[in-house]
Amino acid sequence: MTLECKHVWQHISAYLDHQLDPQLLAAVELHLQTCKVCTAIIDSTRNILILTADQHTYELPIGYSDRLHQRLELLLKTESP
Amino acid sequence: MNTAAAPNESALISGVLSGDHELFHQLIRPYERLVYVTIFAILRNQTEAEDAAQESMINAFRNLKTFRGDAKFSTWLVTIAMNEARKRLRKSKSAAEDSLDDSEDPAGDLTPAVLTDWREVPLQALERKELGEKLRQAVAALPEKYREVFVLRDIEELNQEETAAALGLNVPVVKVRLHRARIMLQKQLAPYLKTQAPRRGGFFRRWFR
Repeated sequence: MTLECKHVWQHISAYLDHQLDPQLLAAVELHLQTCKVCTAIIDSTRNILILTADQHTYELPIGYSDRLHQRLELLLKTESP
Repeated sequence: MNTAAAPNESALISGVLSGDHELFHQLIRPYERLVYVTIFAILRNQTEAEDAAQESMINAFRNLKTFRGDAKFSTWLVTIAMNEARKRLRKSKSAAEDSLDDSEDPAGDLTPAVLTDWREVPLQALERKELGEKLRQAVAALPEKYREVFVLRDIEELNQEETAAALGLNVPVVKVRLHRARIMLQKQLAPYLKTQAPRRGGFFRRWFR
């Protein structure tokens, strides 16, 4: 199976999630061996996902936990589930 | 969705339902971040997100007896948080924005940013902190239906089934929306990326198997 770039682009997400079936995976990897454009696209997408999962990208407001539990305290004393 | 609540978690839930309400603090502590970040990524406002996160936890307490042990407690909580965020977003959103979000394919042909070698764009490259800000902005700008899936899959790292359950979607729709969200972000952010991230284990292993 020979893939063109535009076909590889349809499978970027599934490729990064390791969800391609073996035949398609082999075809994508064969394409990537010789295509710098698609390799760069996949690398950049992967890097975005790494940054997304970084705990520092989305941080909690200072004092958030304390305020949350303070607000719950009154509720827990006066109500039942 | 077939993973039952952890034993300790089940005991905490039973304890709260039996009248030891203080155990609720302990029960939700591991999920404080999950609930806040999910809501923040949808609402894009820190103060509102914090209030919505508190409301979500209050709703979780009030409705705890409706939690079924056959689902993960975290997924159940995320569903409550997502509903709270959606409710608030609907209230604040204009009709114009609604129609944008509801269009089937706002990303057009969904082609990624093509750079012959994206490592060779140092002029536009940003430091990690600035890149984080660019990323938050780009995520915030995604149409809602793509943003919701991206938040749960790639920020909260829920699996496809959990994401589908939390959003009331089926798995193929989750896959399609996630793919589109990722391509939209790649298109926006690729020019700012300078170097390839180093290989790291642990938290990031998912991307390097």
